[in-house]
Amino acid sequence: MSHPYLEISRLKKSYGLKPVLRGIDLAVEPGRRVALLGANGAGKTTLLRILAGLAEPDAGQVCIGGLDIARDAQQTRSLVGFVAHQPYLYDDLTVMENLLFFGRMYAVKQRKERARMLLERVGLAKRAHDRASALSRGQAQRLALARALLHAPRLLLLDEPDTGLDEDGIALLEALLLEHTRDGGAVLFTTHQLERALQWSDHIGLLSGGRMAYQRETRGLEPGSVRQAYQEALR
Amino acid sequence: MIFIEQTLAILWKDIRCELRSKQTWLGMGMFALLVLVIFNFAFDLRVDNKAAIAPGALWVAFVFASLLGLGRTIAAEREKGLMDRLLLCPVDRKAIYLAKLLGNLLFIGVVEVVALPVFAALFNVPLFGALLPIVLLGTLGVAAIGTLFSAMAAATQARELLLPILVFPLIVPVVIGAVRATGDLMVASPNQPPWLGLMTAFDVIFLSVSMLTFEFVIKE
Repeated sequence: MSHPYLEISRLKKSYGLKPVLRGIDLAVEPGRRVALLGANGAGKTTLLRILAGLAEPDAGQVCIGGLDIARDAQQTRSLVGFVAHQPYLYDDLTVMENLLFFGRMYAVKQRKERARMLLERVGLAKRAHDRASALSRGQAQRLALARALLHAPRLLLLDEPDTGLDEDGIALLEALLLEHTRDGGAVLFTTHQLERALQWSDHIGLLSGGRMAYQRETRGLEPGSVRQAYQEALR
Repeated sequence: MIFIEQTLAILWKDIRCELRSKQTWLGMGMFALLVLVIFNFAFDLRVDNKAAIAPGALWVAFVFASLLGLGRTIAAEREKGLMDRLLLCPVDRKAIYLAKLLGNLLFIGVVEVVALPVFAALFNVPLFGALLPIVLLGTLGVAAIGTLFSAMAAATQARELLLPILVFPLIVPVVIGAVRATGDLMVASPNQPPWLGLMTAFDVIFLSVSMLTFEFVIKE
């Protein structure tokens, strides 16, 4: 087994007196897709926000590509692509301008060509010069996916990325995740859809009460047994 | 080099968004003009009291209009979750501050360019070339503090209320300096402190402090 690209150890986070994460351990190797499941408020989004560098943990360590995110925040940011459940686009910029702006932020070389290629890939090439505000929810999410891939990150973090996507969009997302891991990238995503988690990932983790209540390889795993573990974890 | 590239990219994005939405410039401009008109009617302007009233009216218009724009600087981005998206990028937080500051200076500058001739006409005062450094230094002081505190206030629910409460006490020295320096242009008074020097010192101190502390202000 290769060295983990993402390594989380004993990660803790509280908001005020409320502990949200109580010691999370998780590793994602290159070429692997890990799904995180959990009820609302289980800490999935908080975990992803910490990994993306948007929030600081109270304790524990996170390493991405061998770099500690607390020490090497700037470098690790360029290794991560993040898709939230909301697209978070600049409505007053066009689709292409949105990508070009973030291309400049990530110092992407040949960003125009890369942006064009990604727009083609996510099916938005014809909307390149439309304002982002004119996109439907699903199209905006496709653009958010393109933006996350713009700087060719090694690690993709996706927080309920299927939100707002139609069947085609969901198929596209699955294909993009497969391509990403085939090229040696690592993926960590959250979802509420158990079947989707099993279908898209090699490994699932179940967060409950701020702890990783269940972790298993998905190969040969029955949805029924995961559902049972999920119900037990919620108790 | 990448610092400059990223600063300019954020500035370009803010200008483009503002040119298309026209949310801030129009509001600020209209507000500044209305304040000048109201002051013009509210005071009994005579030759002997003009130098005492006009600079105050001008700077009240500038400061209040600036705060309207400053409040939107980061709040709009926070409301839509875009600030988080920006913070995900490998960008030096000082570059974000600098870009926001330059954007604010530009927005306020445009308002001032429109408001100054109106001020000159309404208050019947000539526009002096020497007013330029005063306006520049005064605006820089207000924008340097306003940009930092707009980031702080944007994270709260009562941001519209909080921003002026935080900013007004801190900009008092630079506003006093600007008003007095402007008044001196109309009627020179003896034994005045070096207002331009004081404003420059104020700007340097607050610009440095704001640049250094911005990272901690926007951190979750």
